[in-house]
Amino acid sequence: MNRCHQFRFFVTATFLAGFVTTAAAQKSSPDNAVASHLQALQAVGKKGEGHRAATAAWKHLSQTDATQITEVLAGMDGANELATNWIRAAVDAIAERQLRSGGKLPTDSLEEFLIDTKHAPRARRAAYEWLRRVDASAEGRLIPELMNDPSAELRRDAVEMTTNNAAELLQTEKKEDAILAYRSAFRAARDIDQIQDIADTLKDLEQTVNLPRHFGFLLNWHLIAPFDNSGMSGFDSVYPPEEKVDLQAEYQGKGEVTTWAPHTTDDEFGTVDLNATLGKIKGAIAYAYTEFSSAESRNVDLRLGCINGNKIWLNGELVMSNHVYHASTAIDQYKVKVKLKKGSNAILVKIAQNEQEEGWAQRWQFQLRVCDQYGTAVLSTDREKNKTALLD
Amino acid sequence: MKNLLPFFAIVFLVTVSTGADWRQFRGTLGNSVAADANLPIEWNEDKNIAWTADLVGRGPSSPIVVDGRVIVTASGGVRQDRLYVLAFDADSGESLWRREFWATGRTLTHPESAVAAPTPASDGKRIFAFYSSNDLICLDLDGNLLWYRGLAHDYPKAGNDVGMSASPVVVDETVIVQLENQGDSFATGIDVVTGEERWRIDRDARANWTSPVGLEINGQNVVLLQSPATGISAHNPLTGETIWTFKANSGGIASPIANDGRVFFASKGITALNVATGSVEPSVEWDSNQLNPSSASPLLFAGRIYTMNRGGILTCGSADDGKKLWQLRLGGTHWATPVIAGEHIYCVSFEGEVKVVSLGEKGEVVATNQFPEKIQGTPAVVGDAMYIKSDQHLWKIASEK
Repeated sequence: MNRCHQFRFFVTATFLAGFVTTAAAQKSSPDNAVASHLQALQAVGKKGEGHRAATAAWKHLSQTDATQITEVLAGMDGANELATNWIRAAVDAIAERQLRSGGKLPTDSLEEFLIDTKHAPRARRAAYEWLRRVDASAEGRLIPELMNDPSAELRRDAVEMTTNNAAELLQTEKKEDAILAYRSAFRAARDIDQIQDIADTLKDLEQTVNLPRHFGFLLNWHLIAPFDNSGMSGFDSVYPPEEKVDLQAEYQGKGEVTTWAPHTTDDEFGTVDLNATLGKIKGAIAYAYTEFSSAESRNVDLRLGCINGNKIWLNGELVMSNHVYHASTAIDQYKVKVKLKKGSNAILVKIAQNEQEEGWAQRWQFQLRVCDQYGTAVLSTDREKNKTALLD
Repeated sequence: MKNLLPFFAIVFLVTVSTGADWRQFRGTLGNSVAADANLPIEWNEDKNIAWTADLVGRGPSSPIVVDGRVIVTASGGVRQDRLYVLAFDADSGESLWRREFWATGRTLTHPESAVAAPTPASDGKRIFAFYSSNDLICLDLDGNLLWYRGLAHDYPKAGNDVGMSASPVVVDETVIVQLENQGDSFATGIDVVTGEERWRIDRDARANWTSPVGLEINGQNVVLLQSPATGISAHNPLTGETIWTFKANSGGIASPIANDGRVFFASKGITALNVATGSVEPSVEWDSNQLNPSSASPLLFAGRIYTMNRGGILTCGSADDGKKLWQLRLGGTHWATPVIAGEHIYCVSFEGEVKVVSLGEKGEVVATNQFPEKIQGTPAVVGDAMYIKSDQHLWKIASEK
């Protein structure tokens, strides 16, 4: 088994099975002082909690010998996002001092740490970034194997490298090989810009691409509007759909009787344009309702893009609330982790439009997708299969 | 009343000896003025560029200069969630250290902005790097981490997906940040030593990009907070307690400026307040719609006030009555606040053009310099050198000895 295959074996085995540990991890029993300092950093919490002890510990930890850098990196495993940053700064201080003094970094240890996917994605990314600075071959040797890595940053680099290779194949008129490479990159891509770029290229190559399915956007909805949101007062008003969804019911809305109407968006990014569907109404509330079938009880992300005030209920429980108007929007603008139940799950979205008159304050829309923590689409079991050349 | 003003000691804060530093947005004195600086008026790749340093990441934040170090913040990554603090030797441009973090708050911004929009601040011993994600990082001058606060980690609704840009200010060993947005909207004072919260006060739930300003009134340090809906207010920097409030519809981008017992802020063009009485609500001296800042903050120097609108019109007015004295149409899009150095005002456009205007009875463009990249940050001026950054580079502009 050559080094490349060995590396691939490690990544695949550890990420998929989750139980392989590296020799480095097995042999490392952190120095007591390092462990103690890391503990102080890991204890930092909200509003400055633990700062005094952490500040003192950081000063000591940053003096750790560079040979122990992976032990410090491992302190990020399970650490909260604040502690992760404290530890990252210590790692950088250690590595920077070592290189400035003419010393070397323990590249073998860093590489073993990178390979071991049981470590925190950000810790592995930091290990890679220091490895890359001192080993010019690291990128080309390691990154291609990380197409399905749990680290979004490492995966992105691998997708970019594969996409570049595909472009080179295309230039040398190896179209079929290029398409295969693009397909591979598309499957692995989770960053929106990469997905869009690769999809555009595949379309140019006359390949079918199903973007809504790749993202996991919800396309089929029942909509009802308008309810009153004059003076933004309707955001916290409880209108009938919040008490019970009855798709056959009719209600007295804002100045008119209103009923639910089915709507399927054909937008590639799942955008439901309420101005186009319901009419341009200011100071109004709309509701959108759909059901999502899950084969099992499982954790997912609900990821919303919405330039209007918004709320989401999952199975009657409020899981998201953002009273924000016209301050930009994007795919995955708001994220919430939820648990789906086995079978049918009711998703109700409230979209609040205010009364601003500026040209940039007229949009009334949303896009919602269901995915896992990495951004991989989770599809409703009753979703139309609609197989494509890319997703089959 | 104006004649009484010299009797009141009202100056911008100088908490410790500032030496040759430019410690915050618009300089240590917060006025964007380096009166004694002798800068070149012309430069290009062959002359008067002392050094150029490559930057990792991007951002409209301005450089600061502390004890011979040029400190720069930047942000990067496809999600703009990588935060950088970079230090360069002011003499040589050599990289001294680099620290990296992952943002803990919201990182969406307008495409032309970035998460590294606020300018860092320093008290001469520490650096306070602040970002649109509401991460507040305290380092010593050698890059050692002293503490790290994720203000959106604590208050998850704090954020504006257009981007936030209010820069911190340090007053009475308190670093003060203003997070005004449609979610968790507040201003807070953080202990510079521990990173712990001294105070937090709710603010209007409305987007605002103005920066807090520190000043001293009658021997008492205060911090000014300006907001579009409420106007401007003065607070005790140690407690956040409101000393006075002046209600007005004001701008939400250009920050106030103060000197000689007066505060000038973006309202009805520019409004000048007499704040010399200290604890009493200030009175209006004048307002003038002939002076109209948009993104750039106003400047005050030698009895004159200067405003730059986003379309590149530079206006000079009298600080005594707000009357327009002269106006120049410079063109370009202007986000950066100009700086005054010696006898010139340096006006930096988003397109990377720097027009040097003489300060006289009538302003005159005496030189035009072109950087190859877009620039949003205000330059820093220390000694006879100007430090200016784009998203890709940091330059030191200084005459060849």
